[in-house]
Amino acid sequence: MADISQDKIRNFCIIAHIDHGKSTLADRIIEHTGLLTSREMQAQVLDNMELERERGITIKSQAVRIVYKAKNGEEYIFNLIDTPGHVDFNYEVSRSLAACDGAVLVVDAAQGIEAQTLANVYLALDHDLDVFPVINKIDLPSAEPDRVAAEIEDVIGLEAHNAPRISAKMGLNIDDVLEAIVEKIPAPGGDPAAPLQALIFDSVYDSYRGVIVFCRVKEGTVRRGTPIRMMATNASYDVVEVGYFGAGQFIPCDELSAGMVGYITASIKNVKDTRVGDTITSRENPCAEPLPGYKKVTPMVYCGMYPADGAKYPELRDALEKLQLNDASLFFEPETSVALGFGFRCGFLGLLHLEIIQERLEREYNLDLVTTAPSVVYRIHKTNGDVLDLTNPTNMPDPSEIEYMEEPIVSAEIMVTTEFVGAIMKLCQERRGVYLGMEYMEATRALLKYELPLNEIIYDFFDALKSRSRGYASFDYELKGYERSELVKLDILINREEVDALSFIVFAGSAYERGRRMCEKLKDEIPRHLFEIPIQAAVGGKIIARETVKAMRKDVLAKCYGGDITRKKKLLEKQKEGKKRMRQVGSVEIPQKAFMSVLKLDDE
Amino acid sequence: MTKKKELELYLHIPFCVRKCAYCDFLSFSSGKDKQREYMERLLDEIHVVGEQCREYRISTIFVGGGTPSSLDSKWIVEMMKRIRERFVIAEGAEISLEANPGTVTEEKLSDYRRAGINRLSFGLQSADNRELSLLGRIHTWEEFLESFHMARQAGFANLNVDLMSGLPGQSLASWKETIKKTAGLEPEHISAYSLILEEGTPFFERYSAGGPESRFLPDEDTEREMYHQTRSLLGSFGYERYEISNYARPGKECLHNLGYWTDVPYRGLGLGASSYMEGERFCNESDLGLYLKGSFRERKQVQRLTKKEQQEEFFFVGLRLVRGVSLKEFERRFGVPATAVYPGVMERFVREGAARLENGWFKLTELGLDVSNYVMRGFLQE
Repeated sequence: MADISQDKIRNFCIIAHIDHGKSTLADRIIEHTGLLTSREMQAQVLDNMELERERGITIKSQAVRIVYKAKNGEEYIFNLIDTPGHVDFNYEVSRSLAACDGAVLVVDAAQGIEAQTLANVYLALDHDLDVFPVINKIDLPSAEPDRVAAEIEDVIGLEAHNAPRISAKMGLNIDDVLEAIVEKIPAPGGDPAAPLQALIFDSVYDSYRGVIVFCRVKEGTVRRGTPIRMMATNASYDVVEVGYFGAGQFIPCDELSAGMVGYITASIKNVKDTRVGDTITSRENPCAEPLPGYKKVTPMVYCGMYPADGAKYPELRDALEKLQLNDASLFFEPETSVALGFGFRCGFLGLLHLEIIQERLEREYNLDLVTTAPSVVYRIHKTNGDVLDLTNPTNMPDPSEIEYMEEPIVSAEIMVTTEFVGAIMKLCQERRGVYLGMEYMEATRALLKYELPLNEIIYDFFDALKSRSRGYASFDYELKGYERSELVKLDILINREEVDALSFIVFAGSAYERGRRMCEKLKDEIPRHLFEIPIQAAVGGKIIARETVKAMRKDVLAKCYGGDITRKKKLLEKQKEGKKRMRQVGSVEIPQKAFMSVLKLDDE
Repeated sequence: MTKKKELELYLHIPFCVRKCAYCDFLSFSSGKDKQREYMERLLDEIHVVGEQCREYRISTIFVGGGTPSSLDSKWIVEMMKRIRERFVIAEGAEISLEANPGTVTEEKLSDYRRAGINRLSFGLQSADNRELSLLGRIHTWEEFLESFHMARQAGFANLNVDLMSGLPGQSLASWKETIKKTAGLEPEHISAYSLILEEGTPFFERYSAGGPESRFLPDEDTEREMYHQTRSLLGSFGYERYEISNYARPGKECLHNLGYWTDVPYRGLGLGASSYMEGERFCNESDLGLYLKGSFRERKQVQRLTKKEQQEEFFFVGLRLVRGVSLKEFERRFGVPATAVYPGVMERFVREGAARLENGWFKLTELGLDVSNYVMRGFLQE
């Protein structure tokens, strides 16, 4: 594969709203270009983490190189870069886009444009990508490709009447997409002889080769032995291997030159040295400026993670360290809770990121976890002039030391059919949203713009949005900044003992309502004991709500004969199994899931 | 002659006139031909198994069901005859048979007597005819009275009556009435269970939490009140509670059931019958077709009990008895003190008021009896 001329390369990504068929189209493209036979093709080749497949979303960026023989008789190299599909990973998405020259926009022929469609298109246009639309799922009975084409032209302003109309699922008209990629995505530029300038868009850790850096070479050439430096982290290495992406494997090659997408290994021990968005240059012939757009990703959501079995603390630490090798945005540090013992305060890009890490710890490392309420980062301005970033409610200073507090605010766009506009506006108001405006996409759909406090949306906002719009609303947001707010710490007392792991920060005006619902929820979660258990919510030592778990009156099997003994034992064992997932707080056993489930308090 | 070991026999007769709406036992109604076919196979099984139990002496026999009394009594006579031919039965052994009111006649009762049955257990459940009909029982209180007196007349000096509390539509007052009326007849033994909603029964569908008619069941407080009143009421009639749900006149405890709770080996014969002997639990075919085709030579679904399982059972089976479990007996059987196997466990339950330690016995308190599963779970090992 040496001597590939730049004009035969197409670097592109596929962008879409969730479930519009991005990964299925990627699979079809790979299948059609003959890289894999359909038999070898596992559903959704690019989403290769078990979790990704189950959730139908992409978590890590993935890339694959395909050879396509076009109708004009020429062979083209396609580098398809799959981008993460969730707002939590917006920065990763932007870096993946920066590695491309164009984008295929997939729009569902039945659903039309959704919030993420718009967000992704704008993001792609911000990166000067050439975007062309594809209308997918034309096999659906409810498909309206003409209406959707018109919508794309009206709302986004992309020419769409000639857009390929396909069914990725049925493999219909995929050739049209491949030809359009050749025609409409520009070939990359750049000078192979210029000083090296390569953009890192992802990296994975491999226990044999160290970190494998995914990059797009913008200028210059990199090969085995090139002395490189990461311009933001200043880490220096000598390249051991370069190569490109086969399907599920890394294929070494001699060099990567301007315009090409591939990987670099250099015996790098930690992904912390290879930050997404950083620029790789050569130490011998460095470029003058790094590529634009690098920023250090900081966690937006924090929670405590504790091993269900206290003895597993070292295993949890090892597992987090291993995950961090692959995920520079995961933060953790040791913390101690009176209720939960030794664990870690962990920082995440968002709630989905949190859930993914939690699930991976449980599945891949076989750890049983207790997770505390997620919290955003509050900014505390103390009376002595200090400014404190608060990631754990337990560390909140005494109110007398606090001058004022600030909380993170996001700008949100919610797309919804007009019949649900009222319900969604009500939801946003309940969540302290500030209405910014509304645009009609077409007669039946509107785009609502709100500013919302991040702490109002990290718990169950998405669920509430879905249930109040019967699944029709879609949602996207970005962090806007910090704003001053009236915030208090809400404490929960179980059997008159404060449970630190259940404390959280809440808007003062919502404290009573939150406290009341927390108590109700905990009442349902905590099993009855031999004694009565009061559950109380308190702000600053003042009780604002109370519920009671009545004492256990009866737990008995009235009848037991010889033939029942085995069955009876199974019953007891099952009950005991449930007991294992409990936490002892004072004399009360609290089910581990109570620590998380109390956050899903929306009951409409 | 070497001394023979103790063994209890259980025989299962799966036939009923009609299945009750709460019942999840292995039972059904059927015609005479099926009954003949089944009983002939049961006789074969007695023949085969008797051969395997030569070193045992049978201390008690319990014929349960189903409704054994719904069968033609000649089968009971045949069955007992075959047992005597193939097993060694201890002198004065307790031999019980379950009977439902309305299915016994003078002829049947005299057949039972001749066959050696010396204890009858009547499934009355309630003295309230409305409650009986809701349960799907085929008899009334009056029919029960007639059967009971008939049994006494036939010479049965050891009678049990089964009662059930916590029934749909039952009030505390009607339950007390049931107890008083029953105790007034002076049976030697009364079993008073609280209703368990078993999955797969019509009752489960109808009455379990969230079900359409769950509100007709007495609430938990009432149900527990029924349980506590049972003990005091029956106490005033001279019955002592010796097991969670069993009450007897002094010396009239059901020996067969006592065996289950005190580690006595038992051999079950008939459809789906369970056995426990020689350190193994095993169980007959519970599919009628397979049972009828079986050879009875091998044990089925054998589960060999580990030492850990035996220790667990020692507690969770033994604690059903009000007298509790003997810690000395535990140490004798397992060669290690119970406090070493269960450090802190007994102390915790004593502290919580669910159990007491008395003269080397560990026993449930009144509170512990209400929540016995909670205590028993504490004795399951990791």
